[in-house]
Amino acid sequence: MRIAVDPIACDAHGLCAELLPEVIVLDEWGYPVIADAKLPARLEGLARRAVSACPTLALRLKADTPAVNGSRRRTGR
Amino acid sequence: MSLPRLLRGLEDVPLDRDGHGRVHGELPADTDGRALVAELRRARLRGRGGGGFPLAIKLKAVRRGRRPAVLVVNGCEGEPLSIKDHLLLTRLPHLVIDGALALARAAGAADIRFALDEGDLVGDDMLNWALDARPELRGGRIAATVAAVPSGYVSGQETGLVRWHNEGVAAPTSVPPRVTERGIGRRPTLVSNVETVAHVALIARHGAEWFAQLGTAEEPGTALVTLAGAVARPGVYEIALGTRLGALLDTAGGAVQEIDAYLVGGYAGTWVPAPRAGALVLCEAGLRAVGARLGSGVILALPTSACPVAEMARVTRWLASESSGQCGPCVRGLGAIADAFESIAAGGARPSVLDDLTRWCRLSRGRGACAHPDGVAQLVTSALDLFSVDLLDHARHGPCDACERPPQLTVPAFALRG
Repeated sequence: MRIAVDPIACDAHGLCAELLPEVIVLDEWGYPVIADAKLPARLEGLARRAVSACPTLALRLKADTPAVNGSRRRTGR
Repeated sequence: MSLPRLLRGLEDVPLDRDGHGRVHGELPADTDGRALVAELRRARLRGRGGGGFPLAIKLKAVRRGRRPAVLVVNGCEGEPLSIKDHLLLTRLPHLVIDGALALARAAGAADIRFALDEGDLVGDDMLNWALDARPELRGGRIAATVAAVPSGYVSGQETGLVRWHNEGVAAPTSVPPRVTERGIGRRPTLVSNVETVAHVALIARHGAEWFAQLGTAEEPGTALVTLAGAVARPGVYEIALGTRLGALLDTAGGAVQEIDAYLVGGYAGTWVPAPRAGALVLCEAGLRAVGARLGSGVILALPTSACPVAEMARVTRWLASESSGQCGPCVRGLGAIADAFESIAAGGARPSVLDDLTRWCRLSRGRGACAHPDGVAQLVTSALDLFSVDLLDHARHGPCDACERPPQLTVPAFALRG
């Protein structure tokens, strides 16, 4: 799994860094910096908790997909 | 066909429909566009608006959509020194229209939107004048309209253009969804720069092999470059990709003053010291070797008579003001960077200021919804490398004699108010 923050939605509440300090630290203005987007399997449970705790729903978990533009699977919208 | 390609037939007055036909011949009738899709894939044309993304990949993505695509021809040209797209729109509008028509067929789009900066009144006039000579595009099977988009450095960014059409807000959105999957009216949307589209008009006529007769093996074709600053004949030049900057400067009559450095790639670009500039190979691969990109093709020659500290202070303040204000790291990071440059230029900056700038650049990369903070970080990082002596001198002793000279890195004046 990979973890990402939507920078437009993020409002610097900082809960993610409290719940997932192994991966997320805050910059000097309180916005999350993700050290490594690729999440170790052992942290997936904690990451899910951080995702659901975010007050602005700015944190996302997504499955690993090859980062090839345009040839990605269609999302089922 | 040798150089010029795009700029063939360029005069001081706009080329009309007949003149355009005499210069380039008619666009081949390739109604389903499939042949052109294959030709564009072989041509390996990359976007000329700054991103450098392969057109064939975007095209493939919009063709995969279930609903008919929309084509946006992006003429917003938010880069302050760039005038290449404006030149094409005002002097050679039929080449752009031909390219849009061909690309719309290839993308399966019946809806072409030309997006222009709302301040580009001449571009709007000339494009509408040319469209009036194309009644088939005024409500035919493929219909073209012109949209005036609010001025701004990031409003021409592709998600920003889509949002402008959907919501009337010219500011980037988060990705995903990609605009090629869900764009204007939730339809697959292909956003392509004016120059890129003009290249399509010629590839549709002459094919990929012809396109590759100029340029490098990896990066075929030509590109438009806007040359600015202390050169004898600034303006737009068409170069074969892989041309050395020294050769381009010779064509432009050379420098008219002693040059300190060249800014390559506009305000998201990279400073290159003058002694190394002549040997620069103008293509992505050649510029990557010095950490630079061609971007939207702006190259500025900064003379030694200018103060790089005052120039950077002015341009970083403007770039910070051009943030759409949506992403915290961009608002705070770019604001801090601009404050730091102003404190250096005024003298009496904190001793840690250069380290702070380095850290803020690192913190800005990859942390916005669009690439605006990344561009500022690129510009500032290269300025810290090249102008460290000037920066330290100003930080300790305050403004120099050159600080008050007229700007070389000009910015739209209205944007700095308040």
